[in-house]
Amino acid sequence: MDKIIVLTASAGLIGLIIWWFFGQPKSPAVAASGDGREQSVEITVEGGYSPQVVSLRRGVPAKLVFTRKDTSSCLEEVVLPEFGIRQKLPVGQKYEINIQPDKPGRFRYACGMNMFFGTIEVK
Amino acid sequence: MTTRSRFSFSLILTLPLVAEMFGLHLPGGVWTMLALTTPVMVIGGWPFFKSAWSALKNRFANMDTLISVGTLTAYFYSLYAAFAVLDVYFEIAALLIVFILLGQWLEEITKGRASSAIEKLVGLQAKAATVIRGGRETQVALDQVKVGDIIVVKPGEKVPVDGEVVEGRSSVDESLVTGESLPVEKKPGDHVIGASINKTGSFRFRATKVGSDTLLAQIIELVRRAQTSRAPIQRLADQISGYFVPIVLVLAVLTFNVWYVLLGAGMVTALLFAVAVVVIACPCALGLATPTALMVGTGRGAKLGILIKSGEVLEAARNIKYAVFDKTGTLTAGRPVVTDVIGDARLVLGTAAALEAASEHSLATAVLAAAKSKNLQPEAVKNFQAVEGKGVVGRIGQDKALIGNPALFADRDVAVGRSDRERIGELQQQGKTVMLVGRKGKLIGLIALQDRPKPTAAEAIAELKRLGVNPVMITGDNEGTARAIARELGIDSVIAGVLPSEKAERVKALQQTGKVAFVGDGINDAPALAQADLGIAMGSGTDVAIESGGIVLVKNNPQDAVRALRLSQKTFGRIKLNLFWAFIYNLAGIPIAAGAFSGLGLVLNPALAGLAMAFSSVSVVVSSLLLARSRI
Repeated sequence: MDKIIVLTASAGLIGLIIWWFFGQPKSPAVAASGDGREQSVEITVEGGYSPQVVSLRRGVPAKLVFTRKDTSSCLEEVVLPEFGIRQKLPVGQKYEINIQPDKPGRFRYACGMNMFFGTIEVK
Repeated sequence: MTTRSRFSFSLILTLPLVAEMFGLHLPGGVWTMLALTTPVMVIGGWPFFKSAWSALKNRFANMDTLISVGTLTAYFYSLYAAFAVLDVYFEIAALLIVFILLGQWLEEITKGRASSAIEKLVGLQAKAATVIRGGRETQVALDQVKVGDIIVVKPGEKVPVDGEVVEGRSSVDESLVTGESLPVEKKPGDHVIGASINKTGSFRFRATKVGSDTLLAQIIELVRRAQTSRAPIQRLADQISGYFVPIVLVLAVLTFNVWYVLLGAGMVTALLFAVAVVVIACPCALGLATPTALMVGTGRGAKLGILIKSGEVLEAARNIKYAVFDKTGTLTAGRPVVTDVIGDARLVLGTAAALEAASEHSLATAVLAAAKSKNLQPEAVKNFQAVEGKGVVGRIGQDKALIGNPALFADRDVAVGRSDRERIGELQQQGKTVMLVGRKGKLIGLIALQDRPKPTAAEAIAELKRLGVNPVMITGDNEGTARAIARELGIDSVIAGVLPSEKAERVKALQQTGKVAFVGDGINDAPALAQADLGIAMGSGTDVAIESGGIVLVKNNPQDAVRALRLSQKTFGRIKLNLFWAFIYNLAGIPIAAGAFSGLGLVLNPALAGLAMAFSSVSVVVSSLLLARSRI
């Protein structure tokens, strides 16, 4: 009897894990604010990057303002390979990363070990 | 609290628990164990739990998720067991925290070392400069220096920016910027490089490049870009890393079920196997394998004056079959020098120098330099006349004089004897350009010139052959001249008589039979550098902002091209080794932790599984660091 309970509970647990991590679509894109000369968007670093997707206007210099609240070493660095940036983020402070989004497309950025992801959409 | 102090704190509280494992009975039994473990969980483990929780809320899972699931399962099961009077496993929870903190602390130390190249380069920059302002020497901050400023550098000081010496002489140590080990002599007209160290004399120079235009700033930018680039080989690891942790969690649940439901093991045994699976898995090793090796490899390169532009370049450098060298300026110095003077040397050189003093030909520069080295002052020339494609005629004092090729002598009816003709033939056979010198209607001697190979060129070719790469020389020179130089350097394959625009075509043809690396100057050779599988651009020593080419050499030494190949191959090999180890570790470790080999007596205590995990990521970083010590 208890084996049946364990099996049922395990199946449920596995289902929950898969649904939680892979099932739901991630949050929608947040557009950067600013005038035509500059745009900026705030990104909180805590257990990932939120908002997870930011959208930038093409050709307008952009400021990504990261605030790292997470002390875990997993999130200490942020890497934007397309923009040639690998930067350590200080804990509890705003840190500006300036990029020039000239090419349209979706660019994924990640933590130093490539386990947490964020996306920059350039339109 | 730093990782180190969390580690020390947790270790001290955990030691009595370890003694318990080895048979010592703690007064107070399980309650003392609970009292010791709880602070370890709260102080040592709290940041893991917090990070895991915030990641979970965002539907992410990371290393901390695994650590938290493993330690919290052990802790809360033991808490239940303490009340239910069953066996407790507090020491597993505490030891896991201790081992993981130890691993993290070591990782922090080693990772700092792996990524220090950029900080070191940035640290080379001078802080201030002594600039002449309003006729007086004034100290200004580095960012105040403008192009055109005259800057004073005293012995022992750093050269603040790039520029050209206008006054004074000195020897300058450029080793930290370019990797050039010997001090370089500087005199008026010579380039100086920002962040190099002035040794003996004082001098003044005019700033030509400041801020982000300086050589050092360009090097920093290139290295920074390289270190953030991703190597194609890590694609698999990248793809896996997003799924890794959830999959391990599923595997742990399955492990529990196989033991408990299928094999009928006890609840505790099944739980311990599941916990071991969770804590042995190490996505960090996979994540660290490529970036740390790339950082150490590119950082090592920067120190040697070899700038590898991206992780992709490392893969391109594998299995290179041909290394095609552009001859002029790459294998040779790029300017002819006088190698032989036949006849009365002083008379021949003196006559030649007088005639060439007004000429702008590159051969003229060589003749004047040779004359100067013999302390000959060029005499005045009257009726100077340049004969297109043939030479120069004029009058020195009362004497008619001429210098040029045999055609000029035939035109002017100056006889060239048979032995002289034979001599000319011999010199040309050696790849030399021969100029005939005449005075008073007679041939008085010959001057032979050659663009000499760089002193290190022959050794570079020999090293290349030892690497199993076929050296090829490509040049616009005629076959004879090219062959002579190639013979001297030990190169068997020569592509001669090629127009600059045809070089890329020739590289393409060669690519039909194997991968080609092209070594050229980056300006005239841009199409060939781009066509080749691997382009190695030789910088001028002052400018490395070269678009084409995957590797840029700061110095003008052909041996660096070979070193660049070797460094790329070694770095790539290290990435492969790291990735292989990280995959194998997880592929073998997870089944062992799950008890798949328990039939053979191979069972892992969850605490030991945690220790293995901690060291797997440290070992990857250490493996990358060893790259800094390998022979290049």
